[in-house]
Amino acid sequence: MISALWVMIGISLLLGTVLGYSALKFKVEGNPLAEKIDAVLPQTQCGQCGFPGCKPYAEAIAKGEVGINKCPPGGEEGIQKLADLLGVEFQPFGEGAAPKAKALAFIDEQTCIGCTLCIQACPVDAIVGAAKQMHTIISSECTGCELCLPPCPVDCISMNQVGEDIGSWKWQHPVIIPIKIAA
Amino acid sequence: MRTLFSFHGGVHPATHKAESTRTPITRAAIPSKLVIPLWQHVGNRSVPIVQVGDHVLKGQKIGRPEGKLSSAVHASTSGTVSAIDMQLVAHHSGLPDLCVTLIPDGKDEWVTHAGVDIAHTAPAELRHLLRKAGVVGLGGAVFPSDLKTDAHHHQMRTLVINGAECEPYITCDDMLMRERALDILHGAELLRELLQAEEVLIGIEDNKPEAIAAMQLAVTQAGYRKMEVLSVPTVYPSGGAKQLIRILTGIEVAAGVRSTEKGVQCFNVATAYSAWRALAHGEPLLSRIITVTGNVSHAQNFEVLIGTPLNELVALAGSQPDTTRHIMGGPMMGVDLPSGTVSVTKATNCIIASSPKLFPPPAPALPCIRCVRCADVCPADLQPQDLYWFAKSNNFGKAQEFNLADCIECGACAYVCPSNIPLVQYYRYAKSEIHARSVEKLAADKARERHDYRQFRIEREKTEKAQRLAQKERDAAAAKASFDANLAATENAQQQTINEAIERAKAQAVGTHALNTEALTPEQLAKIAAVDARRAKLHELAANAGADDEPPKS
Ligand code: SF4
Ligand code: SF4
Ligand code: SF4
Ligand code: SF4
Repeated sequence: MISALWVMIGISLLLGTVLGYSALKFKVEGNPLAEKIDAVLPQTQCGQCGFPGCKPYAEAIAKGEVGINKCPPGGEEGIQKLADLLGVEFQPFGEGAAPKAKALAFIDEQTCIGCTLCIQACPVDAIVGAAKQMHTIISSECTGCELCLPPCPVDCISMNQVGEDIGSWKWQHPVIIPIKIAA
Repeated sequence: MRTLFSFHGGVHPATHKAESTRTPITRAAIPSKLVIPLWQHVGNRSVPIVQVGDHVLKGQKIGRPEGKLSSAVHASTSGTVSAIDMQLVAHHSGLPDLCVTLIPDGKDEWVTHAGVDIAHTAPAELRHLLRKAGVVGLGGAVFPSDLKTDAHHHQMRTLVINGAECEPYITCDDMLMRERALDILHGAELLRELLQAEEVLIGIEDNKPEAIAAMQLAVTQAGYRKMEVLSVPTVYPSGGAKQLIRILTGIEVAAGVRSTEKGVQCFNVATAYSAWRALAHGEPLLSRIITVTGNVSHAQNFEVLIGTPLNELVALAGSQPDTTRHIMGGPMMGVDLPSGTVSVTKATNCIIASSPKLFPPPAPALPCIRCVRCADVCPADLQPQDLYWFAKSNNFGKAQEFNLADCIECGACAYVCPSNIPLVQYYRYAKSEIHARSVEKLAADKARERHDYRQFRIEREKTEKAQRLAQKERDAAAAKASFDANLAATENAQQQTINEAIERAKAQAVGTHALNTEALTPEQLAKIAAVDARRAKLHELAANAGADDEPPKS
């Protein structure tokens, strides 16, 4: 009886040491869950989720501080992906958080006064220009986040919806069914 | 005799090829107008280099290739450019695209053109000429040929020339082989040289004996030793590039793998023909052979200028009033065209005028009964019933796992499905969704990278600023410290001078004696001693009072 007790204590001490050691030795840098969540987010970097970018939102989700339905650019599909990833229930969008069709910013170059305020606002450096020079948007880099609209003092930036052409056209589902909601 | 291989599955639909092979290829008349799309190939849309009102000659370039993956577009005849705008094109989406509209002047006047001496021209230059001549794959894939003739440093064994033409109704390649076999072979030899392949295998389905005979005769005539014409069994879809490669060489090419990596490349017979015309005669790709069949009075093959309106072409074959729609391609893989007003492109190999009598609308689809007849016939050895299920339920990840990318959209599965499920439509839907997602994903990754870099840059600028500030502060503090030190040093030096002077004075005072104090009487000495004693006493008192530095009065 006593010897069995000693054996158990011995084993538990041994395992405890191994576990403690490996916890220190193999410590994972960063937050792998947040990174996985970030990989699913659309990277529009618009801040509509209430965080200053997709990564902070991903970190907050990873900590369980916010819901998964705060990202309008991701659409319902984005919520579904998060739900699948985290193994939680699908949550519909809240009030006023409905997704919009994708649009790209466009600067009216006649009106632009070259104040550089929009450059400072763009989260992905999609605007080129210099002080007192006309600015323009590299449309292939623009995420459509709309963050450049409010700072412009002369309101010369507008959002143009991305139209469909034969390059981006997609085959339709033979039977229109609503998007898969909850697995 | 070479042993042929076979692929999994396959079907035997009625061929309907006899209707359109009764008459030789006819050159279609120059139409009233040509609407030439600038995007007729895989890759980037060409950029127009003419202006409205310009007079252009036949063979003159009107669209230049944009970027590596692109091709040129030319005026199919001489005439005047009347518009460069968005027009409905031969695309199943029914969306418009940029086209150059040309009003022919009827003279069909060529731009000056000449072939090159192929044997003495560098391969890179020949490829460039193919690109300039707008030569693309004419089997339907319209992939720029200049890129396909680059073996990417792989050792090439076999060049497969595809003359299988397995799809029902289509006979354009058959007629081309019958009538222009020699030019096809010259083209094939040219492509072989470019690829540095060891042999050329020409695969033709055995339901085209005339074409096989013509090609074999031409090989003997031309005396090409490394070339072989092979008759392959008629089974749909033996004309799929992967399937024909498999039949002729036994090599399996998986999705996403370049066939050149396996030492084999495949070109359509019409592409070989056009490549030869382009390099040996300097003729860009201005026309192609198109089968016009189905609900017409006399089905046949035409040599048609690119940009010819569909209605005018079908009228040449005798259009029928009960035609309701036009199919581009065959009945298995073809797509419905949005209107009869669109024009033919480099991708148009066949136009089938369709009526409800010819192709009755399909019966409504029933649920899948998992009979797996589709899996039995799938040439890509897939499980179509599973793919259907995943595509239907938007489960694209699973569809990819089950190798949806390997599906060649041949329609064999839908052909045998007892439940009339439009399977290929589901696969096309799933494929385009998957493609759109991968494009989105790439864009998101790029945005993340740019955003991260921006954050990093802002952070770096902040630390640099902070560092600069800190440095400034340190500099200021150091300057103050050195100033203080200097000040202190000066003060010390002054004090030292003073002290030294005092010392000197002291020393002087100690060494001073009155001259009249020598040879004194004992009384005088006693008096002096008494005075000195008093003085010492006074000194002592003075020292006690703190005034010891007073030089002694003498
Ligand atoms: S709402 Fe905007 S910032 Fe927030 S996660 Fe979505 S795309 Fe990123
Ligand atoms: S250009 Fe404007 S809308 Fe586009 S990413 Fe930059 S800030 Fe957002
Ligand atoms: S042939 Fe049709 S019914 Fe049979 S398993 Fe395939 S999809 Fe289902
Ligand atoms: S369409 Fe695709 S799944 Fe169907 S038989 Fe052809 S390759 Fe197989």
